[in-house]
Order: sequence, then structure tokens, then C-alpha cells
Amino acid sequence: MPRHAPASIEFRSVTKRYGTVTAVDDVSFTIEPGTLVTLLGPSGCGKTTTLRLIAGLEIASAGEILIGGRDVTTQAAADRNVSMVFQSYALFPHMSVLDNVAYGPKVQGLGRARAHALALEKLELVGLSGLGNRSPSELSGGQQQRVAVARALVLEPEVLLFDEPLSNLDAKLRRRVRDDIRDLQQRLNLTVAYVTHDQEEALAVSDRIIVMSNARIAQSGTPRELYEEPASVFVADFIGNANLLPGDLLREEGDRAVIQVGALTIDLPRRGASRGPVTVAVRPDAIRLHGTQPSSPAIQAQVAKAAYLGGHVEYTVGSALGELFAVDRTDRTPMPVGAPVWISFADRDVTVVPR
Amino acid sequence: MAPAAKAWLVAAWAGYVLAPWYLADPLSALGSGGGLWLGLTRAPWLLPVGLALVAATWPLARGLDRTRAARWLVAAGMGGLAVLWLQGFAVGLSGWGLGLASLLGAPGPAQGGMGLGAAMTATSLLMLFCAGLAGLGWCRGDAFVTSSIGLVVALVGLFVLFPVLTILGSAAGTPGGGASPALFVSRLADPSIWGLGCLAGNGTCGVAWNTLFLAILVGLGTTLLGLAFALIATRTAFRYKKALRLLSLLPIITPPFVIGLALILLFGRSGAVSALLFDVFGVPRSRWIYGLPGILIAQLLAFTPIAFLVLIGVVQGISPSLEEASQTLRARGWVTFATITFPLLRPGLANAFLLGFVESMADFGNPLVLGGNYEVLSTKIFFAIVGASQDQGRAAVLATILLAFTLGAFWVQHAWLGKRSYTTVTGKGDSGLAPPLPRRVAWLCYATAIPWALFTFAVYAIILVGSFVKAMGRDYTPTFEHYLTGFRIEQTPQGLFFSGSAWNSLFVTLKVAVLSAPFTAAIGLLTAYLLTRQTFAGRRAFEFGTMVSFAVPGTVVGISYILAFNVPPVEITGTGLILIICFVFRNMPVAVRSGIASLSQIDKSLDEASHTLGARSFTTVWRVIVPLLRPALVAALVYSFVRAMTAVSAVIFLVSAEYNMATTYIVGRVEAGEFGLAIAYSTALVAVMLVGILLIQLLVGERRLGRRTALAAAPAPALASS
Repeated sequence: MPRHAPASIEFRSVTKRYGTVTAVDDVSFTIEPGTLVTLLGPSGCGKTTTLRLIAGLEIASAGEILIGGRDVTTQAAADRNVSMVFQSYALFPHMSVLDNVAYGPKVQGLGRARAHALALEKLELVGLSGLGNRSPSELSGGQQQRVAVARALVLEPEVLLFDEPLSNLDAKLRRRVRDDIRDLQQRLNLTVAYVTHDQEEALAVSDRIIVMSNARIAQSGTPRELYEEPASVFVADFIGNANLLPGDLLREEGDRAVIQVGALTIDLPRRGASRGPVTVAVRPDAIRLHGTQPSSPAIQAQVAKAAYLGGHVEYTVGSALGELFAVDRTDRTPMPVGAPVWISFADRDVTVVPR
Repeated sequence: MAPAAKAWLVAAWAGYVLAPWYLADPLSALGSGGGLWLGLTRAPWLLPVGLALVAATWPLARGLDRTRAARWLVAAGMGGLAVLWLQGFAVGLSGWGLGLASLLGAPGPAQGGMGLGAAMTATSLLMLFCAGLAGLGWCRGDAFVTSSIGLVVALVGLFVLFPVLTILGSAAGTPGGGASPALFVSRLADPSIWGLGCLAGNGTCGVAWNTLFLAILVGLGTTLLGLAFALIATRTAFRYKKALRLLSLLPIITPPFVIGLALILLFGRSGAVSALLFDVFGVPRSRWIYGLPGILIAQLLAFTPIAFLVLIGVVQGISPSLEEASQTLRARGWVTFATITFPLLRPGLANAFLLGFVESMADFGNPLVLGGNYEVLSTKIFFAIVGASQDQGRAAVLATILLAFTLGAFWVQHAWLGKRSYTTVTGKGDSGLAPPLPRRVAWLCYATAIPWALFTFAVYAIILVGSFVKAMGRDYTPTFEHYLTGFRIEQTPQGLFFSGSAWNSLFVTLKVAVLSAPFTAAIGLLTAYLLTRQTFAGRRAFEFGTMVSFAVPGTVVGISYILAFNVPPVEITGTGLILIICFVFRNMPVAVRSGIASLSQIDKSLDEASHTLGARSFTTVWRVIVPLLRPALVAALVYSFVRAMTAVSAVIFLVSAEYNMATTYIVGRVEAGEFGLAIAYSTALVAVMLVGILLIQLLVGERRLGRRTALAAAPAPALASS
């Protein structure tokens, strides 16, 4: 089998409708060759449909899909040089591990010996040499997942797709498999599209993240751009659980703005906001809690819940601005419920969110 | 153009030019020859078909691009099929059809039934049409899927819907060949159908009321008996559960009328029990078994197993944790049963009732053997066709009424029960333990089921014993005489000579059963695949079409096939082919159901994984789905094999001297009073079926999942839904 160079993926105004329901609505993006891009969003946002459109398991109702610069919009899955690792792994239960991995080359018409050689090579790559004669049900969840990856890699596809690959693994294993996937992607220089609803997973593995909401792209960018400069209330909330507070933009000063939030007046990058009411996203880490009233201005609040989590303490506090979620990493002694606290903001991780 | 489409194009031309267009028929006015030759010389109405073929070849000759070629194929395929179908009806066996005679002058040209050439051309045109649709992007451009849909639609349309519609047309038909709504109404309102004389105490009731009354009694009886058996089998520590199961499965491999036959041998005027009662107690011999009591008992015996199989699924489907929850809320055994278990069973009971109801209506063998003066629709239809009157219109009206009853029952089941399924097992771990039955319910069940089980046992004993004695009730001398009459094999200088009278029909039956089973399984599972794995416009209508034949009683199928296929363009009555076709489409719904049940347990992502690895639909079906469908395949093969061996209602209209079936031969023996031979043949038939089922199991083998406990989780064969 020729080794295929990683290919780019391009969506041009792609729409997918099921009857009256629009699952993907006028979506455009480009995934550069050799990068790992995550499609992130809550369930029902259209991320899995987008992935299936790349695979050719769904055919777009409108728009164009290009893989490696070639138009594949109407091509069936079998004709695209794309492989997929399924959420359920989709290992054929009536075949051995080796036969599962060798299935792709076999149906491509390669001889049995050649197909098995390729399969053994990929099984070794994922660290499963010697398990080829087992049946999939005799493997652990993590091993099954690696078989699925080996099976997807065996045709050396231009594009590799992952549909929530970690959702069937226990929490400890997830971190390791996540790292393995990232490692494999970089080692083999693969173009990978990866669907998940877990923002932490997305931040950890991705070169870029495409956040989807209601069948559209809410924002795309590097993990850092998304976390630090969310383009919308939705993205701010979905990635990193921001507290969304009502503010009032008092003065525009070039690319900075002076904003009133409760009793606090803060100076932030303006990000295109103009005078009047705005939303300010404040990360839980950026909320400073004071047990006594500080000399500088502060918002008065009351502890509603406190949870001790080892390395840090999580607080829910009630204030005039509504309930706030805060993380305190400095003081490990939780404040008692009902105690009065005063709130101020850190310099970082407070942003104006464009409306 | 895809290679497959090119191959079909070649086949279309071959069918049109080379193969004989008409059936080989010495009476045919046109003689034999290819469609093109006949079209150029004697049958110009065949030439438009050639035009369609030229149109289909056009894109290949001009090297058109994919989309434009596809448009040509769609147009050519559709046009060609339309022309083919229209000319078939426009030029009939004896002149113009479709009312063209008044327009163009009688009698006009005539033609016989379509033959090999026409069939090849029509099939190829259909496949080209489907290839064209795939080329236009239908079903994701998958030609295998469009072709499969096209094939199933065409076959179901031709062999299920077309005959049924023919019946409706014929019900209003005048002897002259026209149609008259007034005649239809007067036939429909006939007092012999709807009369209520029996209520007033004078005379008999109409045949429709008879049928309904019997069906309701049978539905109630089988449901109650089935429930008793199901509760005993699942909720008690009864010692002989295995025997119960076996007893309940026996009637499935028994031709239905055999039970009626056994009843005659027990309770007829010279039956074993009648003789005993007369000799010991002086009870006079009578004919009480002939009529409602006989049919009722026979049908209860024959159809209780169906209710049992349905209800055992329902009882097992009730999550034990519901009953455990009730018990932890301090409800005692009887209260839990009355307030939780029984209400959850109700939809299942209604379902079992409807099945018993429909089976009773569709049953033909028992009323024929035991009916006496009690007439039901299925036998009345038969006698309207074969009796002295030979009134096809009347038979068609009766068939319409019967069809309306059964379709109505299925509609009720679908509309009302479809939304009320209380199957509460969710697939999540549910490790509760169902409570034992409350004592009074258990005793009630025992009191009902055990005598009934003994009775069933007695019936089967009679069948076995009866075949080895001279004459039941009169002469109990052991003998092989009956088997010899039926199955004698003589050694002659030319080799073995099968001189027994039963061999001919047994060979035909085996041939038909063996040929029809794989087709039934193939088309049924293919349909199930399309229904569960593909989305396409008109899927609901497609599903309805494939399930219709399930609701059509065999008698109605029989008469509809006679009416539809006795004349060109599709003239196949009297052949072995019509028997095979009849069985394939009658048994197909069960294969579809069992396929759907299995396929919905196979995760769709397996197909998708195969697609992304470069396999097309056909490869995926062949390498991934079929190996996982083995249990459904076995169920479909066994069911259709058994049904082909045991069915009598439809085939009794379709057999000919050359192609006689075992069941119709046996019925003939019963009517001639040769009970010994009939019963010996029945026993042999049951034995043959058992061997056949074992062979199928052996040949298809079991699904290998490499899982130690997989077989316990495999779905039960769908015999329950028959």
C-alpha cells in the first residue's frame, strides 16, 4: 500500500438536513494537513454529523467537501481515503483481532498474506502484538480501542477520524489513551478530526478546536484563543465554565474599555464592544475571595456551598450579581457556609464577551 | 457506466434478441422467436421495447458523463418497463385487452404469456433503471441498494399486490368480462353471507358470522390456554416443563388438518373413543364432531402453541424488578399478580387473541376435514371455485370479505397495540427474580393446561398408532400396509422404482420446499436489511407492502393467484414455478421479521466501519452482516421449509396433476375416506421435516462470536409471530 501524505479537509458552506431538521447549517472550515482538530460541542450540536460528513457516511444536502483538494462531496464512504475509529469501536464480533485489522486490505483486494502482514505491523504499532488470534470480546476496553485504531490505520488513510474515542473508557485510562492518540498523530504526521463533548480533552489534544452549537460553528481557534478570548457567551460558558456577569461599558479608550461590574470598575481589552451593557466572562480561577473587607472596592457575597477537593476548594457564592462559581487554590481551609465574603477579580481570565 | 450496468445492458439485449420471448406454448399463434424478430414480423407492439433498449445503450455509445448517462438509463428503464407492462395487457390471449377492442375493433391481435426473453428483458430494464437512479445520487449513489429496493418492490408488486388487486377487480366483474358496481353490491349483500337466521331460531347464520364466531372462540380459547402454559413454563417449578415446550412445538411441524384427522379417528362415528363409549356405556355413535365443535377443538389444538410462544415472550419480558418493587411495597403474591403482572400482560394477551383470531379465519384444512354443515369463508371460497357453481365473482367477493376481516384485525393490532407494548426489559442489567405464581393462579393454570397437554399427547399418539394399525376404531391389527401403499419401492431390472402412491407428491413437495426456502430467506433478509439499514423515500409504504402477504389468508392467496396468473402476460398456473413463488411471498414476512429482529441487535456502526474501510454495501452485507445473521437465516429457512411442507390452503388452488403437493394429496385421501394412508403419510411428512430442520441447522451452522455465552443471548427464532 502506498503511504499517503496527510491531506487537508475543507468544508465550503456545507449543510445537512434530515427532513425539516437541519443538523449542520452552512458550515465552513479548513483542517490543515498533519494537524489534529477537535469538533467540540454539547450533544446534538452537529459535531458527529460533521464527522460523518467527512467520512462519507452522510452525504451533504448542500455545499462542498474537499479532502486533499479533491471534491468528494458525493463520494461514498468506501471511495474516500478516510478511516474512522467509532465510539463503540465497531469491531466485527465474528472475526479475530487480526481479521478485523486485515479487513480493510482484504476488501481492497490484497492477498491474505499481504493483508495479514499489514495488520500485524499495525497491531505492533499500537502495542498489541501477540493478541491477533483473540476475539475482540476477549480484550479489555482499552485494548479493543487500540484494535479499532489499528484497523483504522491499516489503510494508511489521508484522514483519520475519531468519534468520542474515550467515552467508553474509565477516567484513569482516558488520560493515557488521549496522550497515546496525540503521540501517534504526531509521530505518523496524520490529519485527524476528533469529536468530543469534553472540553478538557479537547484542550489537551488539539492543535485547533472547532466549537459547534446548534448546527453552526460558534468559534474556531487554538485552545488558548478559545479559552482566553471566547467569541461568544456560549463558548465562554462551554469552555472553562466562565461566570457570565452583566457589566456596563462606561468609556471606550482605544482598544481598551472601562467596565463597571457591580461595585468594581475594571479595565479590559475592548474586543469590539461599544458603550452600554456588556457581558463579562470571569473564570472561576480569576475570582478572589476575601474573608474580611479589603481596602480596594469589592463585591459583597455569602458562601452558599464549599467543596474541599484536595488541591483546591470550590465555592458557590451568592451575590447581587447572581450565583458565582469560584476556585480557591491558595487557602485550603474551606470557609463555612453562610460566611460573608468579599469578591475582587484577578488581572487575567476576565474578558468582555462580544454580543 | 458501471460494469454491472453494462452487464445488465447485455442481458437486456440478449433477452430481447436471442431468448424466446413467449412461453413455449403449442397453441400460441405467434410461434417462438426472439422479441426483436417477432416485433419485426408479426408482433409490432414489441418494437417500442427495442426503442427503450436503444435509449439505454445510447449513453454508452456516445460516452456521456455520469449524470447524463444516469438520466438516460432512468428514462429508458422506466419507459421500457411501462411499455412492456402495457403491451402485455393491451394485447391479450384472445385479442385486444384494456377495453381497446371497442376502440380498435375486435378481436385484434393475440399473444401468449411472457417467457424467458421477456422476463430477462424486464429484469434487466429494472436493473438499468435502478443503476440510473444510483447514478443520480439516490441512496447515496449505491447501486446495490437501489437495485435491491427496485427488485423487492417489483417482486412484491407483481406477486402480492397485483393478485390482491385482481381479486377486488374480479369481485365486481361480470361473467362477460366487464365490471359492475351493482353486481358487486348485490353479491356482497348476499343473505348466505350475512344472514342471521340462527339467532331467530330458524335456519343457519351467514358464513361471515360463522367465521367471526368461530374466530372469536378460537382467539379466546388459545389465549387462555396459551397463558396457562406460559405461566407454568416461566413462573412455576413444574417438573415437566421441557415436555410442555416440546408439546407446544409439535403442532408447528404438523400439517394443520392432521389434527382434524386425528379428531375424526378419535371421535368420529367409528372413532376409537366413540367405539369405546358405545361398547362400554352404550352411548350411541354420532356425528357431533363434524361442525363447530370439531373445528373449534382442532383449531384450539393447532393454534394454542402460537399463543403460548407469544405469551411466553411477554411474560419473560416483564422486568422482575417491577414485581419485586411491588412486593417491597407490601403487596402480597395475589395482589402483585392482579395489580402489576396481569395489567402488564394485557397487551400481550390482546396480541395473542388477534393472532388466534386471524389464524382461525385463515385456516382451511380443519374446516374442510371437519366442517360438516358448518361453513366458513375459507372453505366456501374453495367450493365456489372448484364446486359445481364455478363462480369466480362470488369467490372473489368472499375472499374480499375474508381479507377485510384479517386486514382489519391486523390494523387493530398495529394501531392499538403498537403503542401499548409493555415490554419492560431494557437490556440493562436486571438481575431480579420473578416471584412464583400465587397459589390459586397456579392451580388454575395446572387445571387448564395439564388436561389439555394430555389431550394433545393423545392426539399425537393416535396419529402415530393409527398409521400402524389396519383401521382405527374397528380393527387394531398391527400393519405396515398404509406405509407400503404410500411408499413402496420396488427393485426392477431398470433400477429402483418408486411405485408407492405418495412418492410423486412427496418429491414435488420436497423440491418446492427446498427451492423456495433459500429464496424466501434471501428476499426476506434483504428486505429486512433495507428496512433497518437504509433510509429512502417511501420506506413506510415499502414496509407495508412487504408485510401485506402476512395478513392475506392462504385461501385468498390461492384464488388471487388463479385469477391473476391464469392469463397472460404472466401465465404460470399449473407450473411448479407458481408453487415456489406462492411460498416465497407467503413466507417472506416471517423472514423479514426475524431479519429485522436480528439486525436491530447488530450495531449500525459495524456497517459503517466496513464502509470506511473501503467495502461497498454488497461486500459489507456479505462479509459482516450475513455471518452475524445466521440465527435469523436458520429461522427463515426452517420456517419457510416447514410452511412449504405443511401448508394446504393456498396450494390447493394451485396444484395440478403433474405438480401435486403432499398436503393436498393427503386431504384428497381424507376426503376419499382412506384415513390409514393419510395418517401414515402425515407421520412420514413430520419425520421428513424433522430431518430437514436438522440438516438446515447443520448446513448453516451457528454464529461464531468467539464469546462463550453468546448463544444464550441470540434472539429466538421468530416462529412466534406466525
